[in-house]
Amino acid sequence: MSETTTNVLLCGVGGQGVLLASEVLSAAAMLSGRDVKKSEVHGMAQRGGAVTSHVRWGEKVHSPLIETGTADVILSFEPGEALRWSHYLRPGGVILTAKEPIYSVLVSSGAETYPEDVLQRLEERAGRLIPVDALQEVTALGNPRAVNILLLGMLSVFVDIPADHWKEAIQARVPKKTIESNLRAFERGRELAGS
Amino acid sequence: MAKAFLSGNEALAQGVWEGGLHFATGYPGTPSTEILETIAARFPEVECQWAVNEKVAVEVAGGASFGGARAMATMKHVGLNVAADPFFSLSFAGASGGLLIVSADDPGMHSSQNEQDNRYYARAARCPMVEPSSSQEARDFAIQALEISEQFEAPILFRMTTRICHSKGIVETGSRKEVPRKGYKPDPQARVLMPSNARKRHEWALERARKLEEFGNTCSLNRWEKGSSKVGVVTSGVAYNYVKEVLPEASVLKLGLTWPLPWGLIEEFAASVEKLYVVEEGDPLLEKDLKAHGIRCTGKEVIPITGELNPEIVRRGIAPGSARAQAREPAPAPSRPPVLCPGCPHRPVFYWLRRMRKSTSGDIGCYTLGAIPPLSAMDTCICMGASISGLEGLEKGAGPEAASTLAAAIGDSTFIHSGITGLVDMVYNRATGTVLILDNEITAMTGRQEHPATGRDIRGNPAPTVDIPALCKAVGVERVQVVDPYDMQAVRAALKEEMARRELSVIVFRRPCVLKERSRKKSYAVVDPEKCTDCGACLRLGCPAIEHKENHAWVNPLFCYPECSMCVQVCPTKAISKKTDQ
Repeated sequence: MSETTTNVLLCGVGGQGVLLASEVLSAAAMLSGRDVKKSEVHGMAQRGGAVTSHVRWGEKVHSPLIETGTADVILSFEPGEALRWSHYLRPGGVILTAKEPIYSVLVSSGAETYPEDVLQRLEERAGRLIPVDALQEVTALGNPRAVNILLLGMLSVFVDIPADHWKEAIQARVPKKTIESNLRAFERGRELAGS
Repeated sequence: MAKAFLSGNEALAQGVWEGGLHFATGYPGTPSTEILETIAARFPEVECQWAVNEKVAVEVAGGASFGGARAMATMKHVGLNVAADPFFSLSFAGASGGLLIVSADDPGMHSSQNEQDNRYYARAARCPMVEPSSSQEARDFAIQALEISEQFEAPILFRMTTRICHSKGIVETGSRKEVPRKGYKPDPQARVLMPSNARKRHEWALERARKLEEFGNTCSLNRWEKGSSKVGVVTSGVAYNYVKEVLPEASVLKLGLTWPLPWGLIEEFAASVEKLYVVEEGDPLLEKDLKAHGIRCTGKEVIPITGELNPEIVRRGIAPGSARAQAREPAPAPSRPPVLCPGCPHRPVFYWLRRMRKSTSGDIGCYTLGAIPPLSAMDTCICMGASISGLEGLEKGAGPEAASTLAAAIGDSTFIHSGITGLVDMVYNRATGTVLILDNEITAMTGRQEHPATGRDIRGNPAPTVDIPALCKAVGVERVQVVDPYDMQAVRAALKEEMARRELSVIVFRRPCVLKERSRKKSYAVVDPEKCTDCGACLRLGCPAIEHKENHAWVNPLFCYPECSMCVQVCPTKAISKKTDQ
């Protein structure tokens, strides 16, 4: 089945807006007439822990979970998280990631070290890696909370969903006052991914 | 028919609404919580309420069914342990209005203390069980389950799992069918379960199961998907999806009414294929039943009992070598355990206990995170309410000296759920421990639900309020005080005094959850690197906003909580101050 199925794994840290991004992505895929499934875990996992969301779309999707080694794109809000889930990527797959690391309490307190060569390690595992200064980019656009939409803009270059559906999905799901700045973030994301 | 993108929990709420449900209750518990929240938010026709605990929820739902209404009680898997007493009896007593008991199991223990497989409960209580595999089925099966419940006068155990509850899919929805309430008709011979009646009801429940087995052979909840005669798979729940991904050509018997089992259908299916697999998440229940029935099959030889299933596990088990590409090994990445939020009012209690070399008899909630470094101030966490009774037992078992190194730590919602009875037991049996009620005025861990001490009901309307300190006094605790946990020295002083005293006492630490009342102030802590001696006192708070830079602490202004000043208060060199942006 998965010949016709697109698999995107979103990952980040609780509170970063990963789940809103996967809502927008799923809505855009649904608007383009596909069967869509999305899966994530709530509860204990949310309290500053690692958050992932699996989004799959195609003609008919059974499993709500992506199989390891089959994700077309990993869309990551934090580079260490991209590394954690990089075994989901298919050979030749794309990793799009925000560059800014977020240290866990264990790293802050010195109990663990953060892999400072994380981007290099991602490069080794990805068919293509595009790291961006996501927070800096969206702050420059006037909405520091739009990292998720910026990343979706990058994703839109690599998946087959028409632009109108993206815009409709964004407008329906972000706070009204921020629609303009989010749409700008989306366009900036497309530029950064080289559209 | 309209289309909506719904989680399994939302779809189940949609289904019971369409199926004419009149009444719903439950206690929050991941992954079940959003079922009632969806009803409260979207379906005003359904009367809906949070219960004090799962036992009460099932009893109230049972009463509503006796009263002729279509009713539902929702809970997580361990909640059904709390509700097991009424659940077993209601199966014998029978339902009048359609009655669903929803159990949301948590394979993989994403947010639970155990991995129990609640499909055992259906067999043990002789209660029919329905299991959906997707959001669409959660909606469809809920409608059918209400009908089956009335047709067979049986409560239905409606079993969800985390992956069904929290995955979203496209659901075809319909409109509500109003079902008239049947009205109350007393039936003491069925519902007064004293031995003379209960013996007859047991026979009745067995006969009901025989009829349901017949029904299951032709009922649309069980589906035979004809494929290759070489390989057949019997499966149910989420596992079905993985089977379809990895063995799209196989014949599949997908069971939705999973107890009692439809033996006619299963025998016929088993005879039609050369090799038979049973793919089920959790314990080998279907498999053992098939084997006991004399059907040869392969199950847990190739599919693990523990953890959640996923496509690669099922592929390795029943279609090894079929993967298109060899998956890589996971890369090592820094661990990221969940932590208490910046500004969490639970933090000072664990911070000081750790500093005082004391610990807690813990309980179920966000504050269980007090067990994790650097707070590390929890010795036990067993089940809802056990912090209090466990501390009492420790005193009986190890003596007051050992028990005085611990305090019971329990949240407000958990205290209402099942802490009160333990506290009464402490009073009655002359226990001398210290009970800490961490009152953040909400059920926080599950996503901020109201409860009987918050003053609001599930729909946000004002509600009568239990006064926790007054309740503690009323049951006989003489020393009860309320402390603001943001006052670090007051927390320390109260803990020190009460834990040194050989007398039962309660300290209520009261301040709203930071996620309940988000502050609008733009204030954050700033560290003066000149004054900071890098002593690590603030880092011992385990606050995710505080980081260690080369030779000083640093507070991330994006994460810092405006109202909180814990780090300012614990800094011995006054290197931290709060700055307010205008």
